[in-house]
Amino acid sequence: MKLPNTLNWAGKLLGTTLVLLAIGCGGSNQTDEENGDASAIGEALKGEITIDGSSTVAPISGVAKEQFNKEYKNVNIKLSITGTGDGFKRFSAGETDVSNASRPIKESEFKLCQENNVEFIEIPVAYDGLTIVVNTQNDWADEITVEQLKTIFSAETAPKTWKDVNEDWPDEELKIYAPGTESGTFDYFNEVVLEDAKMRSDFSPSADDNTLVNGVKGNKSAIGFFGASYYFNNEDSLKALAVVNPETKEAVLPSAATIESGEYAPFSRPLFIYVKKASMDRPEVKLFVKFYLDHAAEMAKEVFYVPLPKTVYESATKHVNGKKVGTHYLTEAGEKRKGSVTDIYQEENLVTELD
Amino acid sequence: MTPAILSDPQKRQDSLRSTTVRQWKNRLFVYFCTVVAGASVLILLVLLGAIFAQGMHFLDWDFLTSPASMKPTETGVATGLVGTLLVCGVCAICTLPLGVATAIFLEEYQPRSPFFRNLRSFIQLNITNLAGVPSVVYGILGLTAFVNLFGLAGSLDQPAFEVGATHYYQFLNEEPRIVRIPVASSAQDSPELETGMLAYTGSGRRVRLNVIAADANWPDDPKLAARTLRIGETGGLQTETSWYHFRLPFGRSVLAIGLTLMLVVLPILITASQEALRSVPFSLREGAFGLGATRWQTIRNVTLPAAIPGIMTGSIIAMSRAIGEAAPIVIISGVTSQTVMAHSLMSDSPVLPLQIFYWSGQAIQEFHDVAASGIIVLLGVLLLFNAAAVILRQKLQKPLS
Repeated sequence: MKLPNTLNWAGKLLGTTLVLLAIGCGGSNQTDEENGDASAIGEALKGEITIDGSSTVAPISGVAKEQFNKEYKNVNIKLSITGTGDGFKRFSAGETDVSNASRPIKESEFKLCQENNVEFIEIPVAYDGLTIVVNTQNDWADEITVEQLKTIFSAETAPKTWKDVNEDWPDEELKIYAPGTESGTFDYFNEVVLEDAKMRSDFSPSADDNTLVNGVKGNKSAIGFFGASYYFNNEDSLKALAVVNPETKEAVLPSAATIESGEYAPFSRPLFIYVKKASMDRPEVKLFVKFYLDHAAEMAKEVFYVPLPKTVYESATKHVNGKKVGTHYLTEAGEKRKGSVTDIYQEENLVTELD
Repeated sequence: MTPAILSDPQKRQDSLRSTTVRQWKNRLFVYFCTVVAGASVLILLVLLGAIFAQGMHFLDWDFLTSPASMKPTETGVATGLVGTLLVCGVCAICTLPLGVATAIFLEEYQPRSPFFRNLRSFIQLNITNLAGVPSVVYGILGLTAFVNLFGLAGSLDQPAFEVGATHYYQFLNEEPRIVRIPVASSAQDSPELETGMLAYTGSGRRVRLNVIAADANWPDDPKLAARTLRIGETGGLQTETSWYHFRLPFGRSVLAIGLTLMLVVLPILITASQEALRSVPFSLREGAFGLGATRWQTIRNVTLPAAIPGIMTGSIIAMSRAIGEAAPIVIISGVTSQTVMAHSLMSDSPVLPLQIFYWSGQAIQEFHDVAASGIIVLLGVLLLFNAAAVILRQKLQKPLS
């Protein structure tokens, strides 16, 4: 009495699912293959591509997936978003074909890949700028230096008011909005500004950048930081601070032009995809990665990121064609390399295995 | 009240006053309860109103039938909807029998032997504790238990057991054409290419493979070229699965997600079913025993039918919890979008809560409205489920007399 009904219910459920499947899977299986039409492989190509990793890079990979699927309808591309670190965990276990990363691979992750014989090709796909934002009613601060940022965010100094940071600023309480330690954005800020000093803990971090946006919007004395795309999408209701470039000592506002030229330093970071070399034997992955690289610049713009210089895309294409594996961002000894992507992403910096 | 009080006017006054005070307190409490109950309804209405106001303009037939997209105007919930239905189906089919059976064991069978009595109280204690465990923890458990089967049944790329999957090596030649060569299992390496081998073209026609040397000229005849490969060409494994595809371990599949959600909601269902069974009057059972019915006959014909409404209510609550659960699914699959719909229990699939979670974190503001539309769809599915359960409950409700 109980069981048959459950089955009945399950049957209805399955029925609904099948109907939905039928709706979703409409379309013909006929191809022009025998007619000698060159575009015919579009329908014929089948397979599955697994992508996981950073939520920052996901929008670009998402656009790539969509446009690739317009041409190759039968390739199933699975896009998961678990974060850069967890993405690399799966990638180093050989579970995924492509790993989205908002920072270069770390030494520990590289070693895991080595242990499991996962060779990979490192491909930078776009720039993301990290923006320092304040409320639009904030009429006292227009520019900020890296040292001031360090003062504001480190646990040692932990100023209570704006005046504690700079004598000329008013005696307003500092309200801090920043992402949590699990995000790649935080990792990057930590590396550039705090240089591994402790981040202050008297504010509540948020994993959701929209929460940070709304927090800064609604608070006159707030300061926060997050990826530039969130600022570009809310330009009218937020005020970005010009960051004083440590080299030239000039204050630069974040914009597509300044991020691309590298003037907006030290806060423009490259975003990457890492591709498993063994997967490149599969036609669907090979075509997808080629497609990704060919269209990376316009796709990045579409989701409010900044394209890399042409030369970088060109050398990435060479890497893919020559299946050159390894990372450029670590030395043989596992030290991090620092600098702009154009300087680092050179073949002589390529390290295929760590000692 | 004693007559002594009534005879003394002073005392009588006091007692009257205390009566007014008491009645006044009573009224105050009724008002308080009404206000609190009203507030909860009001909060719900405000929430629903806000969601509907935000989400209505993206909600149309296209939204229900298109897969997720990076453009807010083109995105949809089709893949997530199918995923959610499959996952909840798996969860319901596994949870209901298990949960009700456990409740019957705990409530109806009062074992006499010390071993079983201890087992029973041990299980009872565990279920009470498990109800309070955060669902993320179940996600981690599900990852070990269902996705990898504790590593006992091979790995994901070399399953110990598999049916309903055909494996091919897929090649792309210079024409460019797709050529597929069938292989026995996913563990097999790329096959040695020989002329005359069985192969399939991209459209699925059976052909005989034509193999040429690495430096030979490419054939002019397009028909021949379409089935030609050079020696040493590398292909990639590609698997086609049918609707009954099954493998061990389960991988990050719909089945693994459903089973993990089962763990999340079992304690809820068991406790609710126990309450329902407990509320069946004992006289009914005794009547059945008095007529010579065995314990099973009593449960089957008397206790369970009387408890069904309560059990159905419990299962509604449990399934409502399962359908909206996101945290364990992030741990297990984290798929937010994919091209094709799930078509078997072994498919990976996005689910609605994950899609909503992802959309609400997007930088592009329109996606927040899309998230609201997704929530409306999720609520719709939930209401459908619950309506089905309520109708069943009405049908099964038997008068106790």
